[in-house]
Amino acid sequence: MRPIPVDTPAFFNRGPSPLARLAFFGILSVALLFADTRYRYLENVRQAVAIVLYPVERALELPGAAFAFIADYFGSKRRLADENAMLRQELVARAPATQGYARVQEENARLRALLDVRAQYAATAIAVQVLYTSRDPFTQKVFVDKGASAGVQAGAGVIDATGVVGQVTRVLPYMSEVTLITDRDQAVPVQVERSGARSVLFGNGTGRSPELRFTSPTADIRVGDRLVTSGLDRTYPAGLAVAEIVDVIRDTGQMFARIVCKPLAGIDHSEFLLVLSQSSAMPPRPEEANDTDAAKKSTRRARRVIP
Amino acid sequence: MGSFAPAAPEEILRPAKPWFVLLSIAVGLLLNLVPVGEPILSYRPDFLAIVLLYWCIQEPRFVGVGTAWMVGLVMDVGDATVFGQHALAYAVLAYGAEFFRRRVLRFPLWQQAVQVAVLLVFCALLVLLVRFVGGAALPKWSYLLSPLVGALLWPLASVLLQTPQRPSRSR
Repeated sequence: MRPIPVDTPAFFNRGPSPLARLAFFGILSVALLFADTRYRYLENVRQAVAIVLYPVERALELPGAAFAFIADYFGSKRRLADENAMLRQELVARAPATQGYARVQEENARLRALLDVRAQYAATAIAVQVLYTSRDPFTQKVFVDKGASAGVQAGAGVIDATGVVGQVTRVLPYMSEVTLITDRDQAVPVQVERSGARSVLFGNGTGRSPELRFTSPTADIRVGDRLVTSGLDRTYPAGLAVAEIVDVIRDTGQMFARIVCKPLAGIDHSEFLLVLSQSSAMPPRPEEANDTDAAKKSTRRARRVIP
Repeated sequence: MGSFAPAAPEEILRPAKPWFVLLSIAVGLLLNLVPVGEPILSYRPDFLAIVLLYWCIQEPRFVGVGTAWMVGLVMDVGDATVFGQHALAYAVLAYGAEFFRRRVLRFPLWQQAVQVAVLLVFCALLVLLVRFVGGAALPKWSYLLSPLVGALLWPLASVLLQTPQRPSRSR
């Protein structure tokens, strides 16, 4: 009896086996992941598809927005009146600071002119509204309703009424992505308001408090201190409130103190934010090679003159 | 409503219409893109994964690893996450469905849901691994609740998606 041939032709041609297909698409995915995280090659593709998806996403917001509008419309008159009274009070409370501000700014400008110091940043800001939080559970990001068309620039700092919220990390034509200061490794250069000690605040990811890293255990930092931006990064103007120190753990066995902070801004619930325009007046970097050459020449010349 | 009960194993379903498959995938994508607030966000299931899994089991000739991969790419852009993350997860999901396909439909729906839960959790862990290697922070524990909620939705999703394919009873 003849044995049945093993390599019988397939009755229905179904193309490559699922495992082969999985291997192909798996390798393709890993290549994409690598290209995206390491080199950011795919930003253009992302922009193009984002433009197509934009109207769809806005349309999907409509039911929620309509519901909120109706809830607001039938909201109690009492609550609105209360809110109005509170806002008026706040306005009056801030009046001295606001009225003094113009005088201080003028004085500042005059002093700067005397010292011939350039203004550090152009004080323009764009008010934006939060559209939604990112669906990615691994990151701390929100999307706001203005993008490149409104003049938002990547890298600009973002604040709310009470403090620093984050930084614009991706600008799409009609919206932009803001990475919050609580996102992992998001850094803000800060200064302790009381003592002037400088440090850098690092986010620690979802559900964890940000920390000051690489800070000496002997640094003048106490629980309850307020941290403000130091302005050294030229992203955030100096003096914006950032966080409050919640806990300081000084372990003599460790090189750095562990300093836990609580952000002052309404990181996860503020609806209205302000995008601060990038500091424009960065002084030009001195050309090092030429400068050192000139310096050497001048010292040589000086030496020649001296004897 | 007798017609809303799941199809019995001996009931032979008609082949699905391509437009219905595409429509259901589009609806799954849109449901994933609906912006929601934080407390709901961590429990929200991946609707698209459920729809894809259903079609990979029911119509493997039409929806397979390749389709799932391409749909995953669209989801990656919509989510503004890393490119290839959902694509990889959905491709693995489709491959898993290829194994499940022949036996899973013999079980009652709630037992199918248990098997689906295993597959969805595995995909979630795969995404976790990919992101962790890429340097992302670990999410909260509720991250694993979302695939479980997805598995709970499986019976409802299967009944909804199989309704147009059920043979009309001639009386």
